[in-house]
Amino acid sequence: MSATVQDAPAPAPAPERKPEPDRPSYLQQVLDSTTTTVVVAILIALGLAAVLVVAADAASQDALSYVFARPADFFEAAWNAIYETYSALFRGAIFDYQAEGARRIRPITETMVSSVPLILAGLGLGIGFRSGLFNIGAQGQVLVGAAAAAYLGFTLDLPVVAHVVVACLGAVVAGGIWAGIAGFLKARTGASEVIVTIMLNSIALYLVSYLLTTAVLRQPGSTRPITPPVGENAMMPLLLGSQFRLHAGFLVALLAAVGVWWLMERSTLGFRFRAVGANQDAARTAGINVQRVFVSVMLVAGGLAGLGGAMQILGTDRTFQAGSAGSIGFDAITVALLGRSRPLGTVLAALLFGALRAGSPLMQTAAGTPIDLVLVIQAVIVLLIAAPPLVRELSVIHWAATLFGYDRKKAAA
Amino acid sequence: MSTMTAPDKPESLVPEPTTLVQAKVRWHGPVTAIVLAVLSLVFFGLLTAAGATTTFRVATGGDAIKIDDIVVPSRLTASILSVGALVIAVLALLRSRRRRPVPAWMWVVYGVLIFLALLVWVMAGNDNALPLTLLLTNALGLSVPLVFGALAGLLCERSGVINIAIEGQLLAGAFLAVVVASVTGNAYVGLIAAPLAGALVGACLALFAVRYWVDQIIVGVVLNVLVIGLTNYLFSTVLTANPQTLNSPPRLPTIAVPLLADIPVVGPVLFAHPLTVYLMYIAVAVLQVMVFRSRWGLRMRSVGEHPKAADTVGIKVNRTRVRSTILGSAIAGLGGAALVSAGLAFTKELTSGKGYIALAAMILGRWSPTGALAASLFFGLADALRRVLNNLGSPIPSDILAMLPYLATIFAVAGLVGRVRPPAAEGVPYKK
Repeated sequence: MSATVQDAPAPAPAPERKPEPDRPSYLQQVLDSTTTTVVVAILIALGLAAVLVVAADAASQDALSYVFARPADFFEAAWNAIYETYSALFRGAIFDYQAEGARRIRPITETMVSSVPLILAGLGLGIGFRSGLFNIGAQGQVLVGAAAAAYLGFTLDLPVVAHVVVACLGAVVAGGIWAGIAGFLKARTGASEVIVTIMLNSIALYLVSYLLTTAVLRQPGSTRPITPPVGENAMMPLLLGSQFRLHAGFLVALLAAVGVWWLMERSTLGFRFRAVGANQDAARTAGINVQRVFVSVMLVAGGLAGLGGAMQILGTDRTFQAGSAGSIGFDAITVALLGRSRPLGTVLAALLFGALRAGSPLMQTAAGTPIDLVLVIQAVIVLLIAAPPLVRELSVIHWAATLFGYDRKKAAA
Repeated sequence: MSTMTAPDKPESLVPEPTTLVQAKVRWHGPVTAIVLAVLSLVFFGLLTAAGATTTFRVATGGDAIKIDDIVVPSRLTASILSVGALVIAVLALLRSRRRRPVPAWMWVVYGVLIFLALLVWVMAGNDNALPLTLLLTNALGLSVPLVFGALAGLLCERSGVINIAIEGQLLAGAFLAVVVASVTGNAYVGLIAAPLAGALVGACLALFAVRYWVDQIIVGVVLNVLVIGLTNYLFSTVLTANPQTLNSPPRLPTIAVPLLADIPVVGPVLFAHPLTVYLMYIAVAVLQVMVFRSRWGLRMRSVGEHPKAADTVGIKVNRTRVRSTILGSAIAGLGGAALVSAGLAFTKELTSGKGYIALAAMILGRWSPTGALAASLFFGLADALRRVLNNLGSPIPSDILAMLPYLATIFAVAGLVGRVRPPAAEGVPYKK
């Protein structure tokens, strides 16, 4: 809004001759592409994390004290620490070459399992970002969705397919309503959705904590704030037998990604969403009811996040407690940002962060590196991809490429 | 574009003599107040059991003058307090009907009356006495990190940079304060180190927001994740390996102001605290003057409201923004030190969402230092009450009380309690 006011008095620029569009070199195209930025950002993040690993490693610290006398010792100790950490991460997340038989591929299925709620919540957030709405509230939406799914899961007793469907729908409605509050307030009063969703996150946490101390959610006869397990029929069917935890929720998440792609790229509603995201004033002028779009976007986004919460309960946890949502909602923000708010990107980003989540327990037990390293990696990746010029400044590859005629400054366009 | 700016309906800035167009009467506030007062009268007053009494304890350990516990009949007292609040709300309604502004003190008195009615109701029939002085002392102590956080937020946002990373700045400040205080064995050195940690996070925010034009909300959220990850990681590795040398900070000593601290009730509540509390008094007073009455403040606000105009008169927009952001973030770091001033050891995610409450306090305080102070005190009071009632037993579940700050903020931004208007250019990078 303010931009239009500021731009108004500027004199019309004199008609310039368009410069001849010179085709950037092949090298320039490759190094300036989004894919390169993402890959380099991931590498830089892993490099920074390696520094942290070495800094906390006792053997490396010892060797550092006499690094000038025998530098090789230090580098060997550092390399060992880094190698142990990342090989454990790999074994926990992708392929465990030390295990026997079918257990060797168990890690990759675990990665898929932990990516399910991230995909769903990330898709919802992506819709919001593309529609110009900053929904920071996925955490709350995931939480109420999970609570609703658990509630419907243990109170009702329905036949096989119906129960899981009802529980999921309940979660979608709960998450949608929770996000819808923010959308409604934005539409009616102009309240910033950023603030409202942040506040709703905390309110959701205290609300479920309260309900877990009452008869509504708490297991009868127990004092612990935890629900009874959901019924057998409410659980997501397992895809690869009882040896693996991979459940049908992964297929649901992939279907949802296709559905979101269709919604955003092919449907009228999605066109309205994107139009509002691109320019609210123009969308309003074109006859789009911007207020209604705000509410619809939040309903869809919250519904997806709520479904993500349901997957956590119906797919893996079976019981619900205040900590069930973990940090899914905040991780999903980074997933949506890394995935550039596009469905395919979101799925890939969720698989990457799902792999980090799945691999981190083994990293902690086998290499003694705390799980929290994953948060650092995640945050650095997202910060870097948000600022491509910074990546190009930090990247060794880009510096080296300047020798071959690559121009870092050209990329800005 | 600017996601934080609510679409502000143009207020009628109509010149005085015209009678054709008049400002809209602000019904929302007074009407809400009347409804609340009536609810308070019914629930806290009339529905309370007839014979119940409420006991307040004012005296603390080492008072010069001993004051006995005050015992009042619950129903009568709560009713009188509620009626008093109702009268004020009606007066406010009459004033705003005549399009006169309602003075702030009326709302303060109203709030105090409702709060007392609530206390009387909560403790009705409870055998324990409510330690009023202790409650207020704790409330002030708990609000200090919030005040620093809210001041940080407003310095950044007044200059046009949205600071969602207050949580991370508090956490970084607390972390460095604990480590430095433990290593040196001196809590005051920790107090000096904490702002550096906050400023570092702020410098990151400024780098991404001002230099690379990354969306400020994104940077803030991700910086929070980064600081949580880093401090958790360092806690689990380095601090856990050497808890004695790195994670056992000394307590920041309590300084009683001579004479003032001996006044009953007021003394212990306001003038017997660690240094951080007095720093907070100074920070609020200095910033209130500097932001609204100094050249520096005017420049900062102009950069946040209309950067192009500021640039035209020669103010360096981006330099001002970077400086305000780093200064504000340093103040948030100080808030982190205040959080651990009682000699707390560092734990994972020690701040537990206080940064977001500080953000809420800033909004509720309408981007002004005194407003931030008032809102933080309100939140601190809610928190202190929750803790006190947890021990004494009360009809209100503590989780519901804990929700209060967040609900109040939603009501505030939705315009039910007055209007809040963020700086106009907030969140918009300035590109020449």
